[in-house]
Amino acid sequence: MDLVTISSNLLFVSFVAYLVATLFFGGAIKKSKTEKAYHNSKWGTIGLIITIIGFLTHLGYFFTRWAASGHAPLSNMFEFTTAFGMMLVGAFILLYIIYRTPSLGLFALPVAIIIISYATMFPRDVTPLIPALQSKWLFIHVITTVIGESILAISAIAGLVFLVKNIDMTKKSKQRFWIEAVMYTLILVLGFVVTSTTFKVMNYEAEFTYIDKNQEPAEITYHVPPLFGMNEYEAMTPDAMTPFFELPPIINAQKMSTLVWSLVVGSVLYIILRLIARKPIAAVFQPLARKANSQLMDEIGYRAVLIGFPVFTLGALIFAMIWAHEAWSRFWGWDPKEVWALITWLFYAAFLHLRLSRGWEGQKSAWLAVIGFVIIMFNLIAVNLIIAGLHSYA
Amino acid sequence: MSNIKCQCGHENPFGTELCEKCGRPLSEKAKKSDIVDMRYEGSSRRSQTYSSSIIDKIWNFFSSVKIGVSIIAAVLIASAIGTIFPQKFYVPATTDAEYLAYYERLYGTVGKLYYQLGFYDMYNSWWFKILVGMLGTSIIIASIDRVIPLYKSLKKQRTRRHPSFMKRQRIFGEGEIVNTKESLDNAEKKLKDFHYNIKREDGAILAEKHRFSRWGPYVNHTGLIIFFIGVLLRGIPGFYVDETMWLREGETRNIIGADGYVLENRGFILENYTKEEAEEVFGAALDKVGSVVKNYQTDVTLYKKKDGALPGSDDLEKMKDYSIVVNKPLTFNGYSVFQMDYKLNELSTMTFHLVEKTTEKSLGEFTVNLSNPEKEYDLGNGSTVDMLGFYPDYDGIKDGEPYSKSPIPNNPAFIFQMNTPDKPEGEKSFIAIQQTLEVEENDYAVKFAAADTRNISGLTIRKDKTLYILLLGGLVFMIGVIQGMYWQHRRIWIQEDSEGHLLIAAHTNKNWFSLRKELDKLRESADLPAYIDRQDPELDKLEQEGDENIWT
Repeated sequence: MDLVTISSNLLFVSFVAYLVATLFFGGAIKKSKTEKAYHNSKWGTIGLIITIIGFLTHLGYFFTRWAASGHAPLSNMFEFTTAFGMMLVGAFILLYIIYRTPSLGLFALPVAIIIISYATMFPRDVTPLIPALQSKWLFIHVITTVIGESILAISAIAGLVFLVKNIDMTKKSKQRFWIEAVMYTLILVLGFVVTSTTFKVMNYEAEFTYIDKNQEPAEITYHVPPLFGMNEYEAMTPDAMTPFFELPPIINAQKMSTLVWSLVVGSVLYIILRLIARKPIAAVFQPLARKANSQLMDEIGYRAVLIGFPVFTLGALIFAMIWAHEAWSRFWGWDPKEVWALITWLFYAAFLHLRLSRGWEGQKSAWLAVIGFVIIMFNLIAVNLIIAGLHSYA
Repeated sequence: MSNIKCQCGHENPFGTELCEKCGRPLSEKAKKSDIVDMRYEGSSRRSQTYSSSIIDKIWNFFSSVKIGVSIIAAVLIASAIGTIFPQKFYVPATTDAEYLAYYERLYGTVGKLYYQLGFYDMYNSWWFKILVGMLGTSIIIASIDRVIPLYKSLKKQRTRRHPSFMKRQRIFGEGEIVNTKESLDNAEKKLKDFHYNIKREDGAILAEKHRFSRWGPYVNHTGLIIFFIGVLLRGIPGFYVDETMWLREGETRNIIGADGYVLENRGFILENYTKEEAEEVFGAALDKVGSVVKNYQTDVTLYKKKDGALPGSDDLEKMKDYSIVVNKPLTFNGYSVFQMDYKLNELSTMTFHLVEKTTEKSLGEFTVNLSNPEKEYDLGNGSTVDMLGFYPDYDGIKDGEPYSKSPIPNNPAFIFQMNTPDKPEGEKSFIAIQQTLEVEENDYAVKFAAADTRNISGLTIRKDKTLYILLLGGLVFMIGVIQGMYWQHRRIWIQEDSEGHLLIAAHTNKNWFSLRKELDKLRESADLPAYIDRQDPELDKLEQEGDENIWT
């Protein structure tokens, strides 16, 4: 077996470990009859051990891939997103050892699992580095940013536990609507994973020619059945389905088709789950969040921002500027990725001012943490895939 | 406005809520409140004291955290809008009409609106700059408004506080203790173990630690201001150079923006990853994308003009040979030269034969240097070729004349006059690529024989004296953030009042939970009255209801 294969296998082991560990954290919550039992649950300890094993194999994936390619595996969407999932788990392990709250694990691990599955939908080939990325700063800048973002993500997860626990799911309210919207979004990501995997297994491919935004002829390969066609498309694969709509040249109809497929599949998935549960998904999770201590969740959420914010500043702004100056000759160029890093930073600056100076704690703070996570995800997903810029390495 | 004199004799500035020295409530508000607002020690903040003049109003506006957060939100939203469509500097256009056409063609009506509202150049728009300026102003004013009075109050605070101050603290307890002296001694010892600084005067203890963390926010704001100053300084000539130049292989030219320095391009290299070197690992990826660039490199020699050399003279002193690659700029004397762009295979020379049409016999050949063509080419056997016209980027005939759309030899065309012993008066011929025009049938012709090409390196020259200021700003910011976030300023007051009761009060700027834990430990080793936290956060109460049935 070569290193790349070993590396993929290790990643698969961590994936399975996180799945199993989630069940144990669920058990820890179900089985504890007192707060003391909840914090010292054997189930929780087993869950922790399995998570640590998963984290170690995850690190194994990281370093074997590094050894195989000769550069830190942080250079494309798959590698970056996988590292994000890894650091999220790392941050969780640390917090679990300090606070021993199984509820956090029950939410953090599934989010990590969703993130890793999302990552594996991107090309997993080991790619050589383009000249701009050939620098020691690739590792320094990206790993610091990933660590910062995953700590900030932990704050959102603590916020989520707080909200699922404290929002009254029996009465109609804005908060109930939005917490359910968060759940729905997470299921949509699963919809994307299911869609991509299904068509990948079926080996679906359809080629089209089209006219791009610079009025030049171009080609594109769909990996999902084309609901939407590119500008002035013509099918090259004979039995490809005819798209329902033709889109203007600035929109990538292939990505649009994938998005709509994911929305449809995700929504169907959501409806099925709702039919089985006969209540909002957030309400399904509520009993599992019940035993978490609100004050502790608020505290974890806040501390995560306290730690994540400086790390993020260092990685995503300071190191980023130093490298940008070396590679692109300017430390700041209003590239969309840079702007969104600044937006993330401004957002958490506002979060801290509101909390420290205006006393936004509890629910307000939890919602802000969730919004912060949405911004981070937007920068990771939308800015890479939709808004073209210097950072589009996917 | 006059000072307020406290009963303890201390003169406080107008607007003070709590006496700087003994803590007695001075304002009506403070006297009425159960728990006094300790955020800035009840000191006299300008923004809370004056509001009559226009300057007061501006000051009060910018010192508000609410306004500060609103400005942050505005900058955030404006920045986000700026990423919806590509910004001006990423658009291949030069005139306003071209920009408008670009946005309208690609993004329709929304794109047109985006252009018309000025969002296409968001970060250079006057109102974006004003927003950032307001943010800077807010940071400065809000900090000054708080840090000075806070510093003064903390400096002037007395060990023994007035009971009315103690009673209005969030954490407070009082009671009769058997042996106050012993309690105070034990407390002092234990507090020292907790790394508190202790001040003691007859029957009163002030234990304080980590006061420096109170300055964290102001330190990090100072860092941001230093950063802003650095950015502003780039407007001053000499602080900042940003130029680009195209340098052809073999060319030696003055470096734009760096007077006295000359750069020679010894060759440009573009390398792709080859399948041989990376078959096993990168094979799959290379198959998919075709080719991946491994290296862009310009080999250069840097020269410096000798001191006292006349302008334009070639009196050069070699400084160094260097290979500029991406991520490794050439640096000298504060300047950096970056590998940014390239063009491959620009025509550099063209070689022609002069032939007699009927016999196809060559009368000799000549080579035209396209960047520096000569007027006459002597073929050495009595024949010469004169260059009557040179059109480096020929683009058809305009107004009866051949027309060149740029000085770059993308599509060179020539008008030659061929002077031969047979036809000493000369024959004229127009020559372009794949095309020859003659006014009347000639006996001789100029025939294209060969061409040489060369590559061009696109280089960026930068000098930025503000970089170290920016770096310092970043560093100070980080120090401030860590200083303010990872420590808490805690104070514990223990004192005996006139009736022999022992009073205890405590304050922290954040993390009350840990302070309470510390107090509980303190009470284990010293006989002190029980205390209450009179402002348990909402969260604690939330916790209590329904707690019983969660666990069943």
